[in-house]
Amino acid sequence: MTYRNVVFSSVLAASTAILLLAQAPAAGQNNGTFRRTPDGEPDITGIYDARTATPVERPKALGSKEFYTDEEFKAVSERLHKGDPTAPGVREVRGGGGAGGGGGGRDGNRVSVQYEKDILGYDVSKSNYVATKRTSLVVGPDGVIPPTLPEARQRNAARAAFTREHELDRVQNMNLETRCILSARQQIPLFPIEDSNTHIQIVQGKGWVAIYQELNHDVRVIPTDGRPHLPKQIRQYQGDSVGHWEDNTLVVDTTNFNDQTAFMGSSENLHLVERYTRVSDDMLLYRFTVEDPHTWDKPWTVEVPWMKANEQQLYEYACTEGNESIGIILAGARAKEAAEAAKTTK
Amino acid sequence: MRNRFRLAIIATSTALTTLILSAVPAAAQAPYRAPRTGTGKPDLNGIWQALNTADWDLEGHTARNGPVPMLGAVFAEPPGLSVVEGGTIPYLPEAAKKRKENRENWVKLDPEVKCFLPGVPRAAYLPYPFQIVQDNDNILIAYEYQNAVRVINMKAPTKSPADTWMGWSNGHWEGDTLVVDVTSFNDSTWFDHAGNFHSDALHVVESYTPRSADTLNYEATIEDPKTFSAPWKISMPLYRRVEKDARLLEYRCPEFAEELLWGDLSKKSGKKEPSK
Repeated sequence: MTYRNVVFSSVLAASTAILLLAQAPAAGQNNGTFRRTPDGEPDITGIYDARTATPVERPKALGSKEFYTDEEFKAVSERLHKGDPTAPGVREVRGGGGAGGGGGGRDGNRVSVQYEKDILGYDVSKSNYVATKRTSLVVGPDGVIPPTLPEARQRNAARAAFTREHELDRVQNMNLETRCILSARQQIPLFPIEDSNTHIQIVQGKGWVAIYQELNHDVRVIPTDGRPHLPKQIRQYQGDSVGHWEDNTLVVDTTNFNDQTAFMGSSENLHLVERYTRVSDDMLLYRFTVEDPHTWDKPWTVEVPWMKANEQQLYEYACTEGNESIGIILAGARAKEAAEAAKTTK
Repeated sequence: MRNRFRLAIIATSTALTTLILSAVPAAAQAPYRAPRTGTGKPDLNGIWQALNTADWDLEGHTARNGPVPMLGAVFAEPPGLSVVEGGTIPYLPEAAKKRKENRENWVKLDPEVKCFLPGVPRAAYLPYPFQIVQDNDNILIAYEYQNAVRVINMKAPTKSPADTWMGWSNGHWEGDTLVVDVTSFNDSTWFDHAGNFHSDALHVVESYTPRSADTLNYEATIEDPKTFSAPWKISMPLYRRVEKDARLLEYRCPEFAEELLWGDLSKKSGKKEPSK
């Protein structure tokens, strides 16, 4: 397993990246850096790093302010580079995957997981993850993920209760990440991940776009020939993705999720639309909208900057091949039960 | 009578056809020239699949009972011709013994049973399709089995920092043939269910050659001085999945190996998933 820590680059490089971002146009605009593949399609190929310092949800104090002014952005960037722990996003690591969480976000608590970065060996002042002038990744005046509907809360509470009670009864009850089936950090749509394996490679052949995530070697090969979705009875962990080009933007529509991969507590009716737009030589804007009438009362949208990575290739991430922990955890649970049974018979 | 007459006609026309074919000048048998991508390179984009029983046994084998009597004829081992040039694999004596042990215990030992990454060349002839996505600098191969994926670097060759399951792939073109040099393997993958194996000294050179609009010729030369007395080669056609809506589906197989690997650690009265 490749464990790629943050690539520490110089403060100078980080500042450069931030400056570049400050000049980046809004999604969908063509600023002249647009290019085509030799086959004549818009070219979004490359290796990207999806880390960002922008928080998912807007800090309350900012109200409905969607963008920092140039002045404010400069100040925020400086605080970031100085390692100010109160700077936006610095203490937040997204993606869940912590003990008891994950499970493809089945409990709907994915975003709340936070780690102390210094424990993981991060030096914030030297990291090159970046921010845009957006005050939150969630787009719009609210800047927060809408609350889930009562129906969804009930559904997720029932799952959480079952997990608390029965998670260690058998491997099939454990979360999908532990089982190397689908990590909460690899499931689509892609929130930024910041602890490891943050790289994503896009390769294009005529009529197809392959999006390869290093984390647990996930690859989606998306047709762009206008074909319809798979029949409804074929459900998949990562759904079924079909794409098309709108000007220079790859638009990917995904449905047919199964009922295991709840995204932020969503149901199998999740409908995801992702938009990939190259906005400069160094940046691809990744924008997604999720809707699910069984989970939220309205769709919501997130925009994440993906920066061109320094890496020349992705590295292999094997998972199930080295998964010793499941056997240890289950054996521990059985031993505990046996000990408790022995106590009661005494 | 009429049948016999018809047979005679068929025999005659077959003989004639053979005569005609053998008289065709060599020029008509010139190698197939593949369509090009925008880069001018042969276009290998597509969904491909082997149609043979190499994943059961690279060498020639007769049909035999499957490992699970309950599954009867559905999961019996199908027969197949050898895909190895010369028929057999040149094992060193010690390695031949190990292959025999592997073969006798394959259900327990074959990494595919556990849904492990398949390695190369096995990934190419698993009974699942794979897709080649080809751009200027990289050729990505996505395998339906376990979401396995390789990116073949087509620029200046690079070196792997560590051993891997799927190997480290550097590619180049030789005429219409994509040649891929694959190194940095671990010793944990197999070539088939029949116990054919290798060490971490494995070096594979693959070639993908278009032979018609919908077929490729796939070859792999396998070298491993710790296991084999000489390099050896496998060869087989790969077929394009020509169905209109062909695409890779999910085969995230860790879940199918869980009961086998950890079923004995389940709580005896453990409940199943909640009913919806």
